[in-house]
Amino acid sequence: MPHPTKIIHLLKKDILLELRQQYALYGILLYVASTIFVLYMAMGKPDAEVWNGLFWMIQLFICVNAVAKSFLQDSKERMLYFYNIAGPVDFILSKLLYNVIIMLVMSFCSLLIFCLLLGTPMQNAGLYIGITCLGGLSLSLVFTLLAAIASKARQQAALLAILGFPLIIPQIMLLVRLSRAAFGEVFRAGATWKIAGLLVGLDVMIVLLSIILFPFLWKD
Amino acid sequence: MRHNWWKIVSVILLLYTFTAGFLTPVPDLGNLHQSIRNLYFHVPMWSAMMTLFSVSVFNAVRYLRTPDPRYDLLSSRYAGTGMLFSLLGLVTGMIWARYSWGEFWSNDPKQLGTAIAILIYLAYGVLRNSITDLDKRGRVSAVYNIFAYCILFPTIFILPRMVQSLHPGGQGVEGNPGLGGDNLDPIMARVFFPAMIGWSLLAVWIATLQVRYSVLHEKVLNHDA
Repeated sequence: MPHPTKIIHLLKKDILLELRQQYALYGILLYVASTIFVLYMAMGKPDAEVWNGLFWMIQLFICVNAVAKSFLQDSKERMLYFYNIAGPVDFILSKLLYNVIIMLVMSFCSLLIFCLLLGTPMQNAGLYIGITCLGGLSLSLVFTLLAAIASKARQQAALLAILGFPLIIPQIMLLVRLSRAAFGEVFRAGATWKIAGLLVGLDVMIVLLSIILFPFLWKD
Repeated sequence: MRHNWWKIVSVILLLYTFTAGFLTPVPDLGNLHQSIRNLYFHVPMWSAMMTLFSVSVFNAVRYLRTPDPRYDLLSSRYAGTGMLFSLLGLVTGMIWARYSWGEFWSNDPKQLGTAIAILIYLAYGVLRNSITDLDKRGRVSAVYNIFAYCILFPTIFILPRMVQSLHPGGQGVEGNPGLGGDNLDPIMARVFFPAMIGWSLLAVWIATLQVRYSVLHEKVLNHDA
């Protein structure tokens, strides 16, 4: 049922819009930089545990803002147009991919700024970058579906945060524990892969749920 | 009578639980002493909550297949009652924790799981209130209900794993058999299983009353009564 060409076209449309308008991308980058800067002024250079926790909290807020900007800016008329040219599955898959790309870019930038300002207490940088990518991917998937739900209600951005924070708790907990592996903490054999596997499994489930449930939201 | 037999069963089972729960001997484990009797009251709250949330999500799926407002009403009222029982479970658990573990909140995975469930279904309530169009409300809250339920289950299974399997020399959950539920003394099992069933039936009864009340409320609003 999903058409790869349609998905690619919708994705290209979103990316082009982004590159030309440059409104959301730079807006979120500025948000990232300001937030981390304020955090730095408040915390200085914290030690590893605090650093880790703060990083994932910042990731969470960045994700909420990034997804809110990307999904909730399409007006009703534009949505009607998309309704005519593409199916719901193609639309949601392209939105998922788009948000994943945006979130990966933002995660990288925030990791760079974090390391620059708050120091680099991690021992295994490559592993941490990988975990950051996995984290960005997971967060953006959940929030994309929630943005689809919240876009049907009033007070959309606030509702996105309200709906999202309880549902994201398991993933944040998994990510925080997993990223301790990059700080040199010793895990029981195979636990790292188990946690990573759990995260990937959750992501797959969320993508499947999005594909199944989004057509019902689409029917407006 | 044909429709109400299960209510009578629930009352009988609960009366049995309350009397036998306090009169039968219980094993004396660690620092639990007699407070282990709370097992008959605290753990069944969980089973009641899960039953209610499962019925709620089942009705959400039914609503998505045929948009009958009845299913939406059932789904939302069962979720609301489920939240009541999760609050009760949390409170009974906190009281128990205060006397056996020393503090009300001790970062235990089951406590965290309940807290997350409460937050999720509170958000469900907020979502329902923020949509005014009735059809849209039913559809969107059904979608969120299904999504939240599918995430809730992995959370409840992930959290115990988090505390136990990470650190090689770690503690995990304090070896409290009341929480594990696996190594249940047969004396307690005789009261425990009827308690689970009795409380779940009571929970469903309360939920059906909520539904009937809501239906009457809607009829009054529509001037049908």
